[in-house]
Amino acid sequence: KGIIANTPKRLRDLIREIRAAKTAAEERAVKRHHPPSRCRNVAKLLYIHMLGYPAHFGQMECLKLVASPKFSDKRIGYLGAMLLLDERAEVHLLVTNSVKNDMNHSTQYIASLALSTLGSICSPEMSRDLAGEVQALIKSNNAYLRKKAALCALRIIQKIPDIMEMYIPCARSLLNEKNHGVLLTAVCLISQMCQLSPETLNHFRRLVPNLVRILKNLIMSGFSQDHDVNGVSDPFLQVKILQLLRILGHQDSAASEQMNDILAQVATNTETSKNVGHSILYEIVLTIMGIESESGLRVLAVNILGRFLLNTDKNIRYVALSTLQRVVQADYNAVQRHRTTIVDCLRDTDASIKRRAMELCFSLINGQNIRGMAKEMLSFLTDCGSEFKADCCSNLAIAAERYAPNKRWHVDTLLKLLAAAGNHARDDVVVAAVQLISEQSAYQAYAVHQLFYYASQDFSQQPMVLLACWCIGEYGGGLFSDCCADGLETYSAKSPEEVLGLLEQALLSSQSRQSTKHVAVTAVMKLSTRLPHQEQQLLDSIRHLAAYHCTSSQLELQQRSVEFSAIFRHHENIRAALLEPMPVMESRAESGRNLPAGSGAAAVASGDSAEVGDEEAAAAAAAAVAATFESLINFDDSSTGGVPNATTGLPNAATNSSSMLSTNNSNSVAGPLIDVFGDLGVSEPAPVSDASALPALPPIASAGIAGLQLSLVGSRQQSNNVDLIIRAVNLGDTNMTNFLLQAAVPKSLQLSMMPASGDCLPPAGGSVTQKAVVTNPNGVSALCGLKGLVRVEGVG
Amino acid sequence: AMIKAILIFNNHGKPRLTKFYVHYAEDLQQQIIRETFQLVSKRDDNVCNFLEGGTLIGGQDYRLIYRHYATLYFVFCVDSSESELGILDLIQVFVETLDKSFENVCELDLIFHVDKVHSILNELVMGGMVLETNMSEILSRFEEQQKLEKSEAGFSTAPARAVSAVKDMNLPQKIKDMKMPDMPHFSSLYQ
Repeated sequence: KGIIANTPKRLRDLIREIRAAKTAAEERAVKRHHPPSRCRNVAKLLYIHMLGYPAHFGQMECLKLVASPKFSDKRIGYLGAMLLLDERAEVHLLVTNSVKNDMNHSTQYIASLALSTLGSICSPEMSRDLAGEVQALIKSNNAYLRKKAALCALRIIQKIPDIMEMYIPCARSLLNEKNHGVLLTAVCLISQMCQLSPETLNHFRRLVPNLVRILKNLIMSGFSQDHDVNGVSDPFLQVKILQLLRILGHQDSAASEQMNDILAQVATNTETSKNVGHSILYEIVLTIMGIESESGLRVLAVNILGRFLLNTDKNIRYVALSTLQRVVQADYNAVQRHRTTIVDCLRDTDASIKRRAMELCFSLINGQNIRGMAKEMLSFLTDCGSEFKADCCSNLAIAAERYAPNKRWHVDTLLKLLAAAGNHARDDVVVAAVQLISEQSAYQAYAVHQLFYYASQDFSQQPMVLLACWCIGEYGGGLFSDCCADGLETYSAKSPEEVLGLLEQALLSSQSRQSTKHVAVTAVMKLSTRLPHQEQQLLDSIRHLAAYHCTSSQLELQQRSVEFSAIFRHHENIRAALLEPMPVMESRAESGRNLPAGSGAAAVASGDSAEVGDEEAAAAAAAAVAATFESLINFDDSSTGGVPNATTGLPNAATNSSSMLSTNNSNSVAGPLIDVFGDLGVSEPAPVSDASALPALPPIASAGIAGLQLSLVGSRQQSNNVDLIIRAVNLGDTNMTNFLLQAAVPKSLQLSMMPASGDCLPPAGGSVTQKAVVTNPNGVSALCGLKGLVRVEGVG
Repeated sequence: AMIKAILIFNNHGKPRLTKFYVHYAEDLQQQIIRETFQLVSKRDDNVCNFLEGGTLIGGQDYRLIYRHYATLYFVFCVDSSESELGILDLIQVFVETLDKSFENVCELDLIFHVDKVHSILNELVMGGMVLETNMSEILSRFEEQQKLEKSEAGFSTAPARAVSAVKDMNLPQKIKDMKMPDMPHFSSLYQ
């Protein structure tokens, strides 16, 4: 080691000096000081490059080295070329000539250098030039070169798929090789060809028997000592052949049948005491699942995965879980048999394993095991890290809705869920809970008592508190009497002071989120009509609480506070009517619950899963006219598929409930989605606008009784702004008042609404117009949803 | 199915070998190295060796498969169709090959002989595809190329050759064997 101390020390000096240098010019000066040995210089240059310094000035040096006749020069030169040149630079073409000459060099190592370089940095032009040379080398009598040429051919056909034809015959003959290295690269080459072209795939299907025979020889006869890894003969080759078999057998029953025997044979013969055996088994499982195998074989595969789950090596458990996730749809029953083991994996210490296990568990929940599984998932939710809570919570809510054995259980579970998930629960779970409670009048009192209990226990869990406030507001009457739920537990009545105390805490506490405060204010108002006795003292405290935020800097809160105080002051006579209980919310047309697309995708991170169906259901449902306050949210989610802000759910809901306040019976018109940026597409916005008006879109008929018609006229101001002028016409024969237009756009757009021209629509043709401006900064094609609310006189 | 990048860095994130099989601009390469280091260094030693790729190197379609040996992380960034367990075996073969050719390889070897490490790697993986998995085959090819280089070595290695020649000469023994001529007697000079 002492002998070569010279050069490395220079390298170190060089590095030190370069680090001290501040500019590229200084660096170059430093380089000049180190005496020329072009070879060593370039080596140093590559080291520098690795550390992150720009080194493209070395490219020409590399080319000069490559042109030199000496092997040592060529070696460094080609290495430098591979690291520094990129196929997008013009410079790389200069190396083509050297590569072409060197490929046919008598020294095999020089030829191999050329092949390696071609394999790394080939561009379409280089590939076209040298394709023929490579093909000749595939037939060379030097196995080492054959091997490299085969991989080179692979890269070439990746760049230029059309010239695949010329390699097909030589690839086929390569399969007769004895040399494992060549065989390996040949199998890779054929796999790539089959993936690129279906005709080639058909052509190579005839080779399945050959491949089966090769595999058999590998496992049966004495193995080649060199390729033996821990007692398994050439596992890499086995794996590659299995991958190729998978490609060939996919969706082809004839080919698959020829493979059944060998797959079973390899599966049973493979040693599993070391990791090596596992990689082969894993590949077999993937192949069995990927081809048209008989069911016995599939069960065998799932059982192999089940055995993997019990393995002490984490990598193997992880791999097993992710594979099970991929096959759970196809082989549901087989996977169910391993459910207990999978549930055990929830308690693993490794976060990736826990996540996989969680997703898999959700896929396995069905009507029979819902109770047990829900219990497991709830205990998981209580203990797991915060990165899991949101997804677990949302998924469990979906599962509960789908498979709940009875409503009481459903309500209980949702409440426990919110309690366990704490602040990580997404708003849609709260929304689901609200909807459920509103439907189940039998359990409303019970639910309110439970919620009161939870909320008073732990005020920091905002989603729970929010739900509690809303329910107390709406169903608070139930709190003031004892509740005996299903004859099981009894909850004692609460006094109005206690209840108001809780709401006061919600209004005043700094832990409360804005959305909680909004709901609390409304709840306080509603409570004023739900009190068992209309005591003046209580009414005064309510009035005081309602007015508390009259001077708040938050607009929404202030507005509510002021309006509610106004009710007390001026509209005392209609207060009771205004605050009547809400009608039962209609649930979605489909039975599946919808998560906003974003959280749905997050909850089932690894692709195929049962939850995908929900997104389609959401898309279908959004088109339906819905009178629920969630419809606005769903315009955003299902139409664009973008990741929505889930918290917009509640403020919107709250807005609606205040509009509910002013319009007791609303006929809402949910218009179909209008693509206002239809002709913008995704093109660059033009600097000069054409002030062309979008065609007046056809009026949207309402589905309500009263005949409210919304129509849209859009005109473009600049290329990424659209002015929408919406006209609402009253086609019925009753007066309509309190017109309120709501519009929703996806998150990538911005919307601003001008005041309406009025809010009364006289019968038979009275109209109101309102202008809205939609800004589209990114120029994406976008959608906008409109909803009009009016109060119709004379209707109930 | 292909390998997108092979990275070796130490426990502080210093890169010791970087090979990208897909083109990235140089500063992006450095960013990728840093991001990969951050992702991998956070991992406990007893969790599984697979990670989703970071945002820079392809996200969900790509995986980082790594092994931690003493002071070095060996990270292979592969696309989702590669077998994870197979790649773990490949890393094993790579490390064992390095071990055999450098005799108990350590980080210093990688620092001073990064070109040799590249040469070995080029016998293992080419263009992102696995080329050869037989350790002795890889080693013998590498040795042959080393010999070829040495035989060509010209003037620049003269000092090295001189030193090794001197070593071969076994000087201490030669000194012992030297026969001194007889010294003239002083007495005869004064005669």
